[in-house]
Amino acid sequence: MTARDWKNLVLGSVLLGIAALLPLTGDAYAIALGVNIAMYGVLATSWALFSGPTHYISLATAAFFGVGTYVTASGIDVLPYWALPPLAGIIGGILAGIVGLATLRLSGVYFVIFTLGLAEMIRQIVTWWQNATGHKGSYVLTDLTENHIYWQLLGVAALVYLAGWAIGRSRLGFALRIIGDDEQVASHVGINTAVSKVALFIVPGAVAAIVGAMIAPRYIYIEPSTAFTPMLSFQVVIMAMLGGTGRLWGPIVGVIPFTLLWEVISVSFPNQTTLLLGLCFLLIVYLLPNGFVGLFEKIRARALSKEAYQ
Amino acid sequence: MRGGAQVLSLRGATKRFGGLVAVDGIDFDVHEHEVLGLIGPNGSGKSTTLNLISGALAPTSGTITLRGAPISGQPAREIARRGVARTFQLVRLLPSMTVLENVMAGAVFGHRRRWGHAAEAQALAVLEKVGLAGAAGSRVGQLTYIDTKRVELARALAGDPEVLLLDEWLAGLNPTELEQGIDLIHKLRDEGRTVVLVEHVMDAIRSLCDACVVMSSGRKIAEGTPSEVLSDPEVVRAYLGDDNA
Repeated sequence: MTARDWKNLVLGSVLLGIAALLPLTGDAYAIALGVNIAMYGVLATSWALFSGPTHYISLATAAFFGVGTYVTASGIDVLPYWALPPLAGIIGGILAGIVGLATLRLSGVYFVIFTLGLAEMIRQIVTWWQNATGHKGSYVLTDLTENHIYWQLLGVAALVYLAGWAIGRSRLGFALRIIGDDEQVASHVGINTAVSKVALFIVPGAVAAIVGAMIAPRYIYIEPSTAFTPMLSFQVVIMAMLGGTGRLWGPIVGVIPFTLLWEVISVSFPNQTTLLLGLCFLLIVYLLPNGFVGLFEKIRARALSKEAYQ
Repeated sequence: MRGGAQVLSLRGATKRFGGLVAVDGIDFDVHEHEVLGLIGPNGSGKSTTLNLISGALAPTSGTITLRGAPISGQPAREIARRGVARTFQLVRLLPSMTVLENVMAGAVFGHRRRWGHAAEAQALAVLEKVGLAGAAGSRVGQLTYIDTKRVELARALAGDPEVLLLDEWLAGLNPTELEQGIDLIHKLRDEGRTVVLVEHVMDAIRSLCDACVVMSSGRKIAEGTPSEVLSDPEVVRAYLGDDNA
């Protein structure tokens, strides 16, 4: 590890440590917002690990997230709670592996549509199964508070950052960047493109399922339309893009302002949320095509070239 | 005189696209330390033959072997690992990466795989060989045309391939660049690399190639040293038409 790696590690730990102090304020509203930010932060960061380098836009987040919530919903009476998020991660990872094998040959828009359809399909299957068995929804009753959920999510965030850091320095990470630039070159330099893509697609799938399993106690009553809401997939994509996917710290820089903005929108215009979400998406793509990361690097490059001229 | 062990062999290599037979039962051998020129008029199937060797396309029939082991029908990644590296007719670089990273792609995943400092050292050494020692940190968008070709060549060399395939590597260069380009391939030849090149530039073919295979309409019409094949009446006819033969 280089000196810079140590610096980043210390900085990251300090920031996470400070974030972990939020529940001590006792401000329920702030903590609720904190849970949202932590949830979207984890989802968007893990999403960008795969979709950032490969440019494959996945709208499958809701599918894996929903599966995770249902792991908790159906397992809470049978297994101790602490076993459920890891179990959800395994199931989500396996599902992502299968989906990846089936779809990562698809390019561009076909992949996007398939992943969107996947969440919808799983939702329909769960709904059908509930109707067939006479279930309507499931209750998740635990004594976990918002504070517990928040700290759990921060723990997952730490793991996701560590994983992202490790992947960024691995052959796999390098392979994915090459694939994202030119898949034909990738295969001609000897990269197994299918295996590399599936291997990394498993990460956001497992993480989204873990997050779903951890959020389930907050929902209390789990039903397919909330667990598999496609809105979640779109929000994750928008937030990651607002921050920028080129850097590990990019997505969270998008998640924080967007979650706060979203809070304002849902309170002030509860009936126009979808419309405003679309509008935000257009504005971000139009004004900040490379997100805050791109903006930051542009400013830095300009500052550097100015220095060079002086 | 063609010495050295056979590195690459094509036997009856054929590629059909529907009714069109782009490559029709091609046989030839490439020996160690040899530069073999694959020449012929436009549309004669040279690039398709190269694509069959590199695995970009799977042959419809026939076999291709690398040091005796069949590689025909294998995916491109497997053929690359076994030791076939290539450049593309239209230069394909990795646009989001630096020159060094482009070349490291070949060093990390190619025939001989390296990682970390070893891969970086190898990439720098190859960059120096192709004359780009100072450009390691540049973005590929800032390069001149010949330099993009050099980067692609360096990427192919970085994995220490058994066979290097150059698909019209000299095409599109201006006279000065052409001279530099020919010198560079000469240097590879002197190092004892085994090279198959598809080429239109006759000067390059004469000065670089130990042997030539001439293709026309998917078939092999001549084989031999450059001076032999270029004086062959059938080759002249294929290039210039019946009146000139």
